[in-house]
Order: sequence, then C-alpha cells, then structure tokens
Amino acid sequence: MQTETTTDKAVTTEIVTEISGSEAVLKALIAENVDTIFGYPGGAIMPIYDALYDFNDQLEHILVRHEQGGIHAGQGYARTSGKTGVVFATSGPGATNLVTGLADAMIDSTPLVCITGQVFAHLLGTDAFQETDVINITTPVTKWNYQITDANEIPAILAKAFYIAGSGRPGPVLIDITKNAQVQKFEYSGYTKCNHIRSYRPKPIIRKEYIRAAAEMINKSERPLVIFGQGVILGKAEQEFKQFIEKAGLPAAWTILGLSALPTDHPLNVGMLGMHGNYGPNVLTNECDVLIAVGMRFDDRVTGRLDRYAKQAKVIHLDIDPSEIDKNVKADVPVWGDCKESLPLITALLEKRNHQDWVSKFSTCMEKEVEAVIQNELHPTDEVMTMGEVIYQLNQLTNGDAVIVTDVGQHQMVACRYAKFNSSKSNVTSGGLGTMGFALPAAIGAKYGAPERQVVAVIGDGGVQMTIQELGTIMQNNIDVRILILNNRFLGMVRQWQQLFNEKRYSFVDIESPDFVAVANGYRIAGNSISKREDLKDALATMLNHKGAYLLEVFVGKENNVFPMVPQGCGVSEIRLK
Amino acid sequence: MKNEYTLTIYTENQVGLLNRIAIMFSRRKINIDSLNTSPSEIDSIHRFNIVITETEETVRKIVRQIEKQVDVLKAYYNTNDKIIWQELALYKVPTAIVAEKIKVERLLRSYGARVVAITKDYTIFETTGQRAETDKLIEVLAPYGLIEFVRSARIAIIKDSKGFHEKLREFEDAEPVTPLTDDFISEEESNSTIV
Repeated sequence: MQTETTTDKAVTTEIVTEISGSEAVLKALIAENVDTIFGYPGGAIMPIYDALYDFNDQLEHILVRHEQGGIHAGQGYARTSGKTGVVFATSGPGATNLVTGLADAMIDSTPLVCITGQVFAHLLGTDAFQETDVINITTPVTKWNYQITDANEIPAILAKAFYIAGSGRPGPVLIDITKNAQVQKFEYSGYTKCNHIRSYRPKPIIRKEYIRAAAEMINKSERPLVIFGQGVILGKAEQEFKQFIEKAGLPAAWTILGLSALPTDHPLNVGMLGMHGNYGPNVLTNECDVLIAVGMRFDDRVTGRLDRYAKQAKVIHLDIDPSEIDKNVKADVPVWGDCKESLPLITALLEKRNHQDWVSKFSTCMEKEVEAVIQNELHPTDEVMTMGEVIYQLNQLTNGDAVIVTDVGQHQMVACRYAKFNSSKSNVTSGGLGTMGFALPAAIGAKYGAPERQVVAVIGDGGVQMTIQELGTIMQNNIDVRILILNNRFLGMVRQWQQLFNEKRYSFVDIESPDFVAVANGYRIAGNSISKREDLKDALATMLNHKGAYLLEVFVGKENNVFPMVPQGCGVSEIRLK
Repeated sequence: MKNEYTLTIYTENQVGLLNRIAIMFSRRKINIDSLNTSPSEIDSIHRFNIVITETEETVRKIVRQIEKQVDVLKAYYNTNDKIIWQELALYKVPTAIVAEKIKVERLLRSYGARVVAITKDYTIFETTGQRAETDKLIEVLAPYGLIEFVRSARIAIIKDSKGFHEKLREFEDAEPVTPLTDDFISEEESNSTIV
C-alpha cells in the first residue's frame, strides 16, 4: 500500500554509471525503503549475494534455515509493518520451497516481493543444474511474476513489482532473475518508482450512487450487522471503520484476518465469525436485515452452507477487488473501492443510531456462550489445563498489547477467540491457506516488522515441528520472540473432527514430540515446560520477562475440543455449543 | 443453463500471459472449446478469443478473475447472437476424385470452398464459416475420401463494440475518469454487450 500515494517520480537520479544487475536489484530495494530481507543463498543467486556484501550497512539480511521459513518471515514482517516483505531464494529447490508461502500470501493478500535466482538464460529449458520453471510453477500463486534475462530490465521491473505487490488488493510478486542478468553490467540511470500501469487498476472508482444506496439501506435498517475482514487493516482504515460503526451503532463481527482491526473490548465488537466463531455473530447473521461486509471475501469457513447464509438480509459489500463482489454471496449494493475512501463517504450520510435492542441480542447470545463454553474454557475446574485458560492468563500479562502470531489448528482458533487486542496489525495468522508451520517463521518476521512490540508465537505441537529449524534463525540473530507451545499430544483439530464425524477413529493424529525445551536449549534458547495449573502464571510471566527468545511448552488436555462449531456443510444458525 | 460464450480479452503482449489465462479455466475444470490469440486494432495490444460452454454466472466470475490479472486490460463475454464469428477450415481431398467427379466440385463450390493448393495427388480447399457449416462439409466429403481436415479457432467481433481506442486512452491516464467496472454495474445492463 505504501507506494500508491507516491507521486514523486525520480527517487534516485544519478548520472549514468555502469553497474551490475545485482547492484541494480539492491539499489531498487533501498529506493523502495526496504530495510530487511529474509533469504537463503545458492548458486544461481550468488551474484546478488555478492553485491549484498557491500550493502550490509543499508540492508539487513536475515539468513533463515529454509526458504519456506524465509517467505513466512517475509509475511510476518509485512503483516505487522504494513510494508512489503522481501525474500531472496536461489533457483530450483530454493524457489520451489517458496511455493507454500506464495500460496499463503496470495490467499491472505500479503504484499511480498520475492526474488529468485535462475540459471543462465542460455541454459533455460536444458534441465540445467538447479533449473526449474519457477515462473510457471508460481503463476497460480502470485499476483504477478516475471523473468528477467537482461539487466537493463531490472530497475523498471522491480519498480513494477513493488507497485503491484503493495497496491490495491496486495499480494505476492515473484521476480526470477537469470544469473547472466545479475552479473551483466549496464548503463544505470537511476530508479524511478512506478505508480501507474495501464493494464492494472488497483483501485476501482467509488460510485456515488452505491454510496447513497448503502447509506440509505443502513439508515432504514433495524437489525444491521457489519462483518469485517483484513481489508480494513490493509486499507489502513481502522479509524474510518470505527467512526462508521460508531455513528450508526452498528454491531461488528470479524473474520480471522480482520481480528485486531477493532479493539477487542470495543462495545460494538461482537466477536468472531465462522466455523469456530462466536455464537451471536453466527446465529444473528441469519436474523439481521442488512449485512454489511467490509473488506472480506465470504470464505466458506465464515459462511458455512451458502444456501442457508443470510438469506433474509440485504447485502452491502465493500471491497477493493471487484472480482470478490458476487463471488460467493450476491450483493444488493456493491461498493467497489478502497474502504479508506468509501467508508467515510457512507458515514457522512448515516443517521446517528444506537440499535440498542439489537446489539443487546449479541450480549444475550454471549451469555449463553459463556455458560456453555467460555466459562469452562477460561476458568476450568478440571485438573487438566485448557488452551483457553493459557490465552486468558497471557492476556492478563500482556494486557492486549502483544502481537500474537498463531499457527493452524485448535490453538489458532482458541487464541483468536480469546486473545485480547488493543491495536491493529497485532494478529498474524495463516487464515486462507491454513499453513501449519507458519507461526514460528512468521513470528520472526513479525518482530522485524514491529521491533518495539512484544511478539508471542502461539503454536501447536504439530505445527511447530514443521518449521522448527527456524529456531536456528532465532538463535543466530538473537530474535526476541516468545514461543508458546500448546501441547495436547495430538494433531488436535483433525482429531476433533475424527471424534465428532468419524466415530473416534483416530487415524494418524497421535503425534509424538521431542523434548521441546531440550531442542530450544540445543539452539541456545531458554525454555520451560509445565503441566500444572499452579505453574501457569509464573511460567508465562517468566517467558514474557525473559531477556531474549524463550520457549514455553504448556501441556493441555489431550482431547479438548474447540466449540462453538459450525460443522462443515451446515448453515451458520446450526452452530453447535457442544 | 449452460450456453456458448465467446470471451474477448484485450491484453499486453507478455510472455507467460497465455498460461496465466489458461489456468483460470483449468483450475475450475472448464474445458476451452476454442482459443485464438491475435493482434488487435491497436499496435502492441493483443486480443484473445476464447470459447467456453458454461452458465452465465460462471462466465461472469471467470471474466472478472481474468480482468484482475495485471497484464489484462479488459475482458468481455458475449453470447453468439451478439457477435460475428468465423472459423477457417482446410480440407485435403484426392485431386483425382475432384477432377473425376464433377459432383464433388459442385458440392465444394456450393459450400463456398476455395482452392488454395493443387498438386497431382491432392487438392486443398478452404472455407470460412461457422462450425455447423464446416462440420457439414466434412460429412459430405467423407464418402469421397477426405485425406485431412483442420479447423482454426474461432475469431469474433462484438457487434456493438466501438473498438478499444477510447478505452485505452482512459487506461493510459494515471487518474481514470470513469469507473472501469461499469460493464458490470446492474442487472438491467446486459453483460453480454460491450459498452
């Protein structure tokens, strides 16, 4: 997003000099205000790494342990900083190891510029050593990709890459540079930022008639419900969004990626949508008269069965991406455009309302949910610990000021349901793709993206083993992240489904773990493991107060389930409390 | 209800774009009936014609996804009544039979076939027309020994289109003046015509 308002043309105007393609790459990064690169060297990207040797004072390069770790770190960085993450990898396996992260960034609209080395141009298509067709492999999982075979193209293509990654609906861009282009000397005449591509419209123009129609519909509504997603955060529209819901007294529920755009304790924040969301927002979706979707894409985990989703409601859909309108849920009023611009236009036309009776229905639902689920999750009377109480205690200590990075599975749902957030860009998780192994490397990036903030990675015992090698990255760079492993000795979410839908046929979900504290210690990272409730508070406090990285493993109930739950194939009103 | 739709896509001339567009269809397991890429009325701008048989809803969604691609300027979809379309077909027939049987020659002429090459062994005829016509000609030639047959992809012109010149000027402006999503705006506006 950071490039789209830039109007100044020449960022660096230099007299024409001969430089290498590799130097041009690094000059482009500096011109784009890049400060951190996550990467891993290899044969085909060696010239760029050689040039990097001389740019060490201007660009911090973090050597990861696996390219997947590098790209997830880039994502974490982008999510907490609001800037574009930059990742380096070599050709062949280096490039293919990026694919999961690209797919994750694509579906979660995360701005990334990935630069991969490639074999010499004359070797393309010859099955050369470490040659792979990375452009075609990554086409479905990139917003844009391009192969550079001539150094002269580098400045303009990188400018385009940063513009495309960060503007409109952000996404990952991959630039593949053949080795000859990296070493080639060419006449360099400066770097010009890109702010227009004729075939690319990042922001559809807002249509006034739809603004009026939306405002009118909201003004007439008795039971309005706002559902918001990451669009609010990506559009840096948190204030505009707050003013919008406050003026008309609109209850607002969030998708997992919209989490933290609105403070958790805001009176109009009615909770989480979807499969493991709160009871109220789910059942009341099917009772509202106007559903106002802001920067969200009606994922199936949010809507449940579509033919039973909000059929009674008129739908207003605000989105920057026109292809999202009517994709899953038909909009009565489509408001194309950047919500930072469209929300204030609607707000200006709204009547001051408070919808007190309607909003109180959410509280009534919440009371029901507290009684059936939450009380026991946060304040259990059983001997075994719950994931919820760990998150609850964590909230008490961080007071909602930490960045929480989660992996995928039960712990993710519990953390997102119960973690407290005071400010935006505080929740980093793999939402759309559901990438296990995301959290540890993403937490590394999150810390670089928001160095002044406390970063806590909450990870399951399964997911952490998928990218555990990144402990090495933490060790080498003294990265100040807290790693909280919620260990239930199962692949918990799959086990939960097997219990509920496959008659407890626990097929390959029983996962054995190493001694995580010993592993952490092996990487010279301090750690502790607890299994008793009386140790929880102190252990969490020690983790948070420790100087430097720290790993805390908490053993929680083996067969606890996450509720409420909208079973797959059911409508949102069929949400189960047990 | 599924229907035959012809997509007209204006794009930059970019390596790899064909793949980026093709995977839009394969990802959704939609078969492409016909695909043609060619220059357009504007130098440097490429034009795709793609024919698929799908419901309008599916076509509308896929067209929006295509238009979202960075190197795509604009995508339209039309039913057959909104376009003029043609395909080119080539037929290779033994020369002996053509020379011998006057009926064959008359037949070919009645289908508007034109001779494009003659050798002592074979004659190649060409027709342009719509699928039903070219198919029919295969059928009638078959008994006389059709050696080879090939048909090109469909090319189509949208009847109501004013061409792309004006749109392009708008696209080249850094600040667009009219919403480019206009083509999708309302139910009464027919999506099957270019505006």
